[in-house]
Amino acid sequence: MATSLNPSTTADIVARANALFEDLSFSAARAWKDAEPGRKVVGYMPIYVPRELIHAAGMLPLGVVGGGDQLEVIHGDAYYQSYICRIPRSTIELGVSGRLDFVDGMLFPSICDVIRNLSGMWKLMFPKVYSRYFDVPQNYRDEIGGNFYVNELAELRHDLGELRGKPITDEELHSSIALYNENRRLIRELYAFRAERPWQAPATEVYLMVRAGLLLPVEEHSAMLRDYLAATRADERPMRDNCRVVLTGMFCEQPPLNLIKSLELSGCYVVDDDLLLVTRWLTGEVATEGDPLRNLASAFLHHSESTAAKYEPNQKEKGQHLVRAVKRTAAEGVIFAAPSFCDPALLERPMLQHVLKEAGIPFIAFKYAENSGQMQPIREQAGTFADSIKLWSGA
Amino acid sequence: MTTPNTKIVTSKAPAKEVIKDASMLKQKEMMAAHYDRLTAAPQTGAKVAATFVPGNLNELVMCFDLVNNLPEVNAIQSGLRRVSGSYVLEAEKIGHSEDVCTYVKSDIGMMAKGNIAPNGKKFPNPDVLLLSYTGCFTFMKWFELLREQYKCETIMLHTPYMGDGKITKGMIDYMVKQLREEVIPTLERVSGVKFDIDRLRENLKRSSRAEDDLVRVLQSAKAKPSPIDAYFGGIYYIGPIFGAFRGTQDAIDYYRFLREEVEERLANGQGPVTPDGDMGKEKYRLVVEGPPNYTNFRQFWKMFYDEGAVIVASSYTKVGGVYDFGFRHDPSKPLETLAEYCLGVYTNRSLPMRIDMLVNYINEYEADGLLINSIKSCNSFSAGQLLMMREVEKRTGKPAAFVESDLVDPRYFSAANIKNRLESYFQMIDQKRSGAHAAA
Ligand code: SF4
Ligand code: SF4
Repeated sequence: MATSLNPSTTADIVARANALFEDLSFSAARAWKDAEPGRKVVGYMPIYVPRELIHAAGMLPLGVVGGGDQLEVIHGDAYYQSYICRIPRSTIELGVSGRLDFVDGMLFPSICDVIRNLSGMWKLMFPKVYSRYFDVPQNYRDEIGGNFYVNELAELRHDLGELRGKPITDEELHSSIALYNENRRLIRELYAFRAERPWQAPATEVYLMVRAGLLLPVEEHSAMLRDYLAATRADERPMRDNCRVVLTGMFCEQPPLNLIKSLELSGCYVVDDDLLLVTRWLTGEVATEGDPLRNLASAFLHHSESTAAKYEPNQKEKGQHLVRAVKRTAAEGVIFAAPSFCDPALLERPMLQHVLKEAGIPFIAFKYAENSGQMQPIREQAGTFADSIKLWSGA
Repeated sequence: MTTPNTKIVTSKAPAKEVIKDASMLKQKEMMAAHYDRLTAAPQTGAKVAATFVPGNLNELVMCFDLVNNLPEVNAIQSGLRRVSGSYVLEAEKIGHSEDVCTYVKSDIGMMAKGNIAPNGKKFPNPDVLLLSYTGCFTFMKWFELLREQYKCETIMLHTPYMGDGKITKGMIDYMVKQLREEVIPTLERVSGVKFDIDRLRENLKRSSRAEDDLVRVLQSAKAKPSPIDAYFGGIYYIGPIFGAFRGTQDAIDYYRFLREEVEERLANGQGPVTPDGDMGKEKYRLVVEGPPNYTNFRQFWKMFYDEGAVIVASSYTKVGGVYDFGFRHDPSKPLETLAEYCLGVYTNRSLPMRIDMLVNYINEYEADGLLINSIKSCNSFSAGQLLMMREVEKRTGKPAAFVESDLVDPRYFSAANIKNRLESYFQMIDQKRSGAHAAA
C-alpha cells in the first residue's frame, strides 16, 4: 500500500489528520470497509490491544476513544451516574447513534472497571456485534502470565478467524507484526524528534498524527508519519522560550485538543506524554520469526509501557518510568492531567508525585473531561508553572 | 434451641436500645476477638497478612499461621463507628483525589491518624500484602499505596475477569500456577511455616460446611414472610465467612447456630429482627443490588423496615463468594477450588451474568422488584447499573428503583432524597399490584 501520500506541506498533512480526528462518523474507516466486499472493522478502546491480530485477519483495527468535545451526548448520559467519567457515555452515544454501525467487533481491554463493565453492556446493547473483554496478565513470568496471555491471544485469534471465515495463519501474523514494528518505530522517532525540537513538532500536531493511527490502516498511517517527519524537519519554525514538560494521566479519556493547545500557549512544550499508548505500548521490536503469539506475549511482558493499569511488582521501580521520561527528554517538570473520576489515574497520582518529589522534579496537577470547555484556569495554572520553572532554572 | 432477642445498649446511642438477635451478638463477639488477636500480634509474635474480601484466601492464609487483616472490613467498621468521614478528609488533605474510592481513603486516613483498630489499639503493620486482585481494579492501586507505606512484601494474585461469562481452563491454570509458584512460596518465606496441603484440605472442608449453612440461611428468605433481611441483616451474616473465619471451626459453629435461629423464626412464621425489634407485617419484598451505606446504616435500614419492606436477596452479600448456585470449596482439588472461588465472586462476573443473577433472585424469591443502591465510590459495582436496572425490569416486568449514596463517605448520604425515592417506589409497587389485581 501507499508508501507516501505525497502531500506537499506540513499544514496539508496536519489538516488531513485533523479532518480524520474531527469526523465523528468515521468516514475513512467506512470507506475502507466499503472498498472491498467482505472487509471488516474491529473497534478497540484504551489502553492496549494487539492490533496485529486484527490486521492479520485482514480487518481494520479502529481505535474508539470517546466522543471528544464536539459530540453531543444525548443518550449516553442515561447510562451513567454523574460520578463516572465521560468516555463510556460518549462511546455509548457513538454506538446508540449509529456512528459505529459499520463496526463488526469491539474489544474492551483490561484497564479499569468502567471499561470492563462496558464490555458487558456492549454485549447486551449490540448483541450482533462480536465483543470481547480483552484480559492481560498482571503476572510477568513467561511460564505463568505468559502462558495465560498466549491463551488469551489464541482465543482472540480464533474468534477473529471465525469472524473472517478463515483461520489466521502464522505468516499473516508475522507480516502484520512487521508492519506494526515499523509503525511503532516511526512513532518513537516522532516522539524523539519532538523531545529534541518541540517547536518543530507542536503537541497538537503530534497528537493528531498519533490519533490518525487509530483511524487509518497501519500502512497508510506509517506513510503519513514519514511524510510528516520529513515535512516538519524541513520547516523552520521559531523557537519559543517555553519550558519543557511531560504530560501524564491522559492514557484513557482524551483531553480536548484545545487543552493540549492551551498548555503550549501558556508556555509549556510537551516533550513526552502518555496519550494513546496503544500506538507504542510495546517498546521494542517484536520478533517476526517463530511463534507469533509467544513473541507478542514476550514483548508484552518484558518490553511494554508502564501505566496505572499495570501492576508494578517492584516497589523500587514504581514511578521510575516517569523519572526516566523526564531525564530522557530533558524535561523540567511534569503535568498530571487526569480525567475526572478516573480511579486508575487519580489513585496512581500520589505515588508518582512522591517519586517525583524525591527526584526533585516539579509538577502540577489538574483534572479535565473530554468535553471540558473552559481552558482559562488550566492556562493560568500551566502559565504559572512555566514561569516558576523558568525562574528556578534562571536562579 | 431458643434464641431470644437480646437488648443491648450501644455506647454511641445511649438513649436508644438496639435489638440484636443472639446470632448477631455472637457475630460481634467473633469480630471483636479477631480484632484482639490482630492487635495483639506484636506481643504474640503472630504475622499479619493484609488482603481483600473478594478473592479472600483465608484457608490458605491460615496454613501459614498468619492473621488476616482486611482493610475493607476496617473501612466498614470506621463507617459504622462514624469516624470514616474524618479519615476520608485526612486522605484528601494529604493529596488523594475527592473522586476516588472512599474505602481506600478511609484506610489511608486511618493510617495517617495512628491506625487505631475498633478495639482502641493500634493495628500492627502487615508482614505481607496479599493482593488478591479479584473483581476490582482499585485493589491494585490500594495495595501499591500500602506497599509504599509499609515497604513489605506484596503478592499479586491476578484473577482474570469472567468477561464471557465462563471459567476457562486457561484461567484456572493461570491461577493455580500463581498460587503454586508465587503465592505459596512467598507466604512460606514470610511466615517461616512450610506449606501443608493436607492442612489446606482440612480448612477447605470446614469452609464448605459453613457455606452449606450460610446458603440455607440466605435461602430462607424465599419463605413468606421472610425470616431474615438478606441485605441489612445479611451483612451481619456474611461477616465471619467473608472475613477472617472461613475455614475455621468457629465459622461452622456460628453458621449452624445462625441457621437454627433462622429456622426457628421460619417455623414460627416470624419476620426479620431489626434494630427496633421484630419487623412488622411484611409488605414489600425487594432484591437489592449494590453495597450499602455504612455511615448511616441504621437510618438507611429503618427506611425499609418502617415501611414493611424486607430485602429477600442481595448481590452485595455475594462479593466475598457466590455460594447459592452450588459452588462449595472442594478439598479434593484444593488449589483449583481456590481459583474457582476467586473467579466466581460477584464483582468478577460479567454484567450479563450479574443481570441473570438478579433476575433469578426476583423470580425465585418472589420479589416485588429491584432496588439499586448505587455507590459513588465503586466503579466495579456502579458502572453499568442503569442498564442493569432497565434489563431487569424488562425481563421480570417488576419495577426497579435507583438511589445513590456512598459506602463510608457521609457527605454522599442524603436521607431526604433516598427516603423520597423509596416512598415513590413503594407507591409504584402498590400501583403495580392493584393494576395486576384489576387486570385479573
Ligand atoms: S477515564 Fe479512567 S475511569 Fe474512565 S474509563 Fe478510562 S481508565 Fe476507566
Ligand atoms: S472500588 Fe468498589 S470493590 Fe473496589 S475497593 Fe472500592 S468499594 Fe471495593
